[in-house]
Amino acid sequence: MLVSLNGETKEIKSDLLCNALTELGYEDEGFAVAVNGEFVPRPTYNEYFLSEKDEIDVVAPIAGG
Amino acid sequence: MNTNKLTIYGQEFDNRLLIGSALYPSPAVMKEAVQASGAQIITLSLRRQMAHSGEASGQSINSQAEQQAIWQYIQEMGLQLLPNTAGCKTVKEAITLSEMSRELFKTDWVKLEVVGDDYNLQPDPIQTVEAAAELIKRGFKVLPYTTDDLVICQRLLDAGCEVLMPWGAPIGTGQGLLNKYNLNAIRERITHVPLIVDAGIGAPSQACEAMEMGFDAVLLNTAVAKAQNPVGMATAFRSAIEGGRLAYESGLMLKRQTASASTPTIGMPFWHQS
Repeated sequence: MLVSLNGETKEIKSDLLCNALTELGYEDEGFAVAVNGEFVPRPTYNEYFLSEKDEIDVVAPIAGG
Repeated sequence: MNTNKLTIYGQEFDNRLLIGSALYPSPAVMKEAVQASGAQIITLSLRRQMAHSGEASGQSINSQAEQQAIWQYIQEMGLQLLPNTAGCKTVKEAITLSEMSRELFKTDWVKLEVVGDDYNLQPDPIQTVEAAAELIKRGFKVLPYTTDDLVICQRLLDAGCEVLMPWGAPIGTGQGLLNKYNLNAIRERITHVPLIVDAGIGAPSQACEAMEMGFDAVLLNTAVAKAQNPVGMATAFRSAIEGGRLAYESGLMLKRQTASASTPTIGMPFWHQS
């Protein structure tokens, strides 16, 4: 199915978030996730199901003022 | 507040300079400058990151590596993290980013920024108050970046904030304390919480002046990162803020309109009754 990852369209096989993140290349920790503007806590990645056209944001630490 | 330590949400700090981690020439310079500043609180943020899958993304591999180095150094320094919600334009964005920050950075502290204008990057006062109230309800320790509006500051306190961060000038402008009347009013009327001047500082003299006015701390980034010598400038700011605080605690002399000689007039030679 097609979803948006950080603004780019991506094709993923699994609709389970933890698997989708692995497919998309995200491993281990060091990032946080929101879907359609809503925060998804890490402990729920293995029970969160994505839908077609969901907008996923994956963020990581950067410098800031 | 007339105590030796800066207390924010129950935590005590000796140093009254809060520093940002952005815009330095390199991660190594960032680390050295932060250490030279003596800052015990550092701001940082979150942005989209593509996985290391070799696919094209908005961020180059090099800059991603740089951000990772910066994050690595920040963790090594063991400072209190103050993640910001810079760039957020809505209450919802600020709340979602705060939640992501709390999970990743493992702190309830958040520097709340909700942008109201793309040119002066000023806080949206109305949305900042709304976001602050919701974040406080969710257990966050909110340090709100706000305009120098006394009433908005009061509303932020009503919403549960225990610290306020009014701006000196728009972010990155280096203009200093643009509206001293407003800043003074806030300091005089709000005495029971720490007030931190945040944004727009350019020179150590400006930070010193904020401290002389009785502000509890100063938060800055560009002033150090974009100096010719960031490490030297960090040291300069450290001294200026310490000096300003000591001056405030020592009680400045009163200003006069007319001159008052320091040297006594009695015994002046060459004087005679005319």
